[in-house]
Amino acid sequence: MNRRSTLAFWLFVGPFAVGLLLFTYLPIGWSAYLSLFDARNTVTPTSFVGLENYAAVLSDRAFLDSIGTFTVFAAFVIPLTMALSLGLALLVDRVKVARAFFRSVFFLPFACSYVVAALVWKMALFSGVDSGVANTVLGWFGVAPVAWVGQVDPPLYWVVLVTVRLWLQLGFFMILLLAALQRIPKHLYEAAWTDGASPWQTFRHVTLPGLRGALVAVFTLNLINAYQAFDEFYNVLGDSRGYPPFARPPLVYLYYNSLGSGAQDLGRGSAGAVVLAGVIALVTLLSGRVLRRRG
Amino acid sequence: MGTGVNRRSFLAVAGLLGLAACGTNTGRGGSADGTLRHWYHAYGEDGVQDAVRRYAAAYPDAKVEVQWNPGDYDSKLLTALQNGAVPDVFEAQVKVDWVRQKQVVELDDLLGDTRDDFVRTLLEAQTVDGRLYGIPQAIDTQVLYYRPSLLAKAGVAPPRSLDELVDAAARLNTGGVRGLFAGNDGGVAVLTGPLLWSAGLDFLSADGNGPGFDDPRAATAFGKLRALHEGGGLLLGAPTDWADPGAFVDGLVAMQWTGLWNLPKITAAHGSDVGVLPFPRLDAAGAESVPVGAFSAMVNSRSADVEAAKAYVKWLWVEKTEYQTEFATAFGAHLPARASLASKSLDSGPGKDIVGFVTSGGRIASPPRWPAAANTALSDAVSRIARSGADASGELRAAVETARREIGRR
Repeated sequence: MNRRSTLAFWLFVGPFAVGLLLFTYLPIGWSAYLSLFDARNTVTPTSFVGLENYAAVLSDRAFLDSIGTFTVFAAFVIPLTMALSLGLALLVDRVKVARAFFRSVFFLPFACSYVVAALVWKMALFSGVDSGVANTVLGWFGVAPVAWVGQVDPPLYWVVLVTVRLWLQLGFFMILLLAALQRIPKHLYEAAWTDGASPWQTFRHVTLPGLRGALVAVFTLNLINAYQAFDEFYNVLGDSRGYPPFARPPLVYLYYNSLGSGAQDLGRGSAGAVVLAGVIALVTLLSGRVLRRRG
Repeated sequence: MGTGVNRRSFLAVAGLLGLAACGTNTGRGGSADGTLRHWYHAYGEDGVQDAVRRYAAAYPDAKVEVQWNPGDYDSKLLTALQNGAVPDVFEAQVKVDWVRQKQVVELDDLLGDTRDDFVRTLLEAQTVDGRLYGIPQAIDTQVLYYRPSLLAKAGVAPPRSLDELVDAAARLNTGGVRGLFAGNDGGVAVLTGPLLWSAGLDFLSADGNGPGFDDPRAATAFGKLRALHEGGGLLLGAPTDWADPGAFVDGLVAMQWTGLWNLPKITAAHGSDVGVLPFPRLDAAGAESVPVGAFSAMVNSRSADVEAAKAYVKWLWVEKTEYQTEFATAFGAHLPARASLASKSLDSGPGKDIVGFVTSGGRIASPPRWPAAANTALSDAVSRIARSGADASGELRAAVETARREIGRR
């Protein structure tokens, strides 16, 4: 029986373990190794440069700016996602009829490709021509057409980048919070009502504490997702020739540094990837610890 | 004991399976089996794939297999050059790192007496340290398209200087039609090179060992792009970008900087109401120009039969002029890489003008020794100057330092 269990364990887990080793841990290890070498157009380098690639990345204004871009993006997206997905979850939770329908409607955008959504946002909703959807609506109120993506002063491209991200991910986080909402014992609400608690007091003292774990998870996932932003930025602001210096998130920086535009500087790109992975791990751990402590 | 044996057995089997998986399609083989493997990226135009397969089938001295590569061709090619003898022949733009790592072979001996017939700047774009590593297949270029009727209506002459271009863009900005479209980034990506050339400068210095824009005139030229932005005549935020003719075809702009490849669509939309110009000069000390570039055919140094691969490249891209002409002109508007064929391909109208621009003012769009990191630094500087009004001298000083450092790495 024991032997059979072991065999079954390896049959089920083995292929995935091998895949994980070959396609995740081995590349991560190789990337860390590459980061110590001058590796241009090669993945089997011989020229050891120590920490030179790290020094180059950390002194590159574009890389440091990319961290700033992330910070702005996260500052918009994380609070909005948490507030709006919680609001949607509360609405769907309270709806009496067709709850599954509403749940599906809000979740559906999550199934859409980030690339497709970014292109729809850029080419149809927020195109800079008069016939763009947003400009048409502005025109009804006598406002002149706006180059949403093209202008930097004021930086209206953030409207495009943030709204497309919200549209794509709100449904997913709504489902997470909805599941957590439905796990809060009903008798707690009944006790609150019996004690004469107002709706706000009920939300403040019953719902929010019940969602604490889920909210920490939503925050952490949001944070990691924001660091990993690539598709919508690249497709809204980039083209085959390049990418503007403003609103260039870390992954877009790394793409251009190590792969795009014929760069193929895999040593420096690997150093950037290691730095970024370290920053994500550190911030995630710290934020998780702080949130749990506050909770 | 049994468990241990099973675990070891399992790992052994898994390892073998893994090795077997890695071992299939390793890319080994090449012309060792008498077959040459020729890689292309995926062209968007209908008919190109069939044509290149037909050329390969017609080669009399070896069997040639064509592989079409949709997706991230650059990365796939990089991996292939690292690890195997396949492809024997491939199209790309020469990268100096490939030369330094001896991944591609010299091809100077393939040209013979046809060398002078190839557009000079195209050959220079495939040359590193005086040696040729790619045979140019076709020419892609970009020009300034304009609508003569709209210019005449606004009393604007076709711009032949940067100041005239700035003035024209502002004056043509009337009644829902903007003056100029050069991409949704306001021309930063595609006009950086032409702006340098307009001032008589370049990405690289004449000896190729340093940046070519360590000069106050660079700041003056990029200042004109800022003036274009401030003039309000630029279209920004179009549904499609500069490489697509949509904005010009749909009548959103009076002038657009875009590729020769769009000429058929543009003339189909506007008939004879189409004019073309090179990028204008800054002043008398500068020059009119158009960027030129295109893929070239290269030979993998790991090919099992380099000489056979070179012979095939010579046959296809040096000797078979009818194929070169068809490849360049039958599936979209490009120019054959040889001047004699180019002049025959487009011998009237705007196309003839463009051939003249390429011959007299064609400049290398992507010099092999120009590093991507330097390009990013320069492009970022130009973006901040043109779009945010940053101090041009300070921005360019930082870009020059980065470029000098990056060029020095090569």
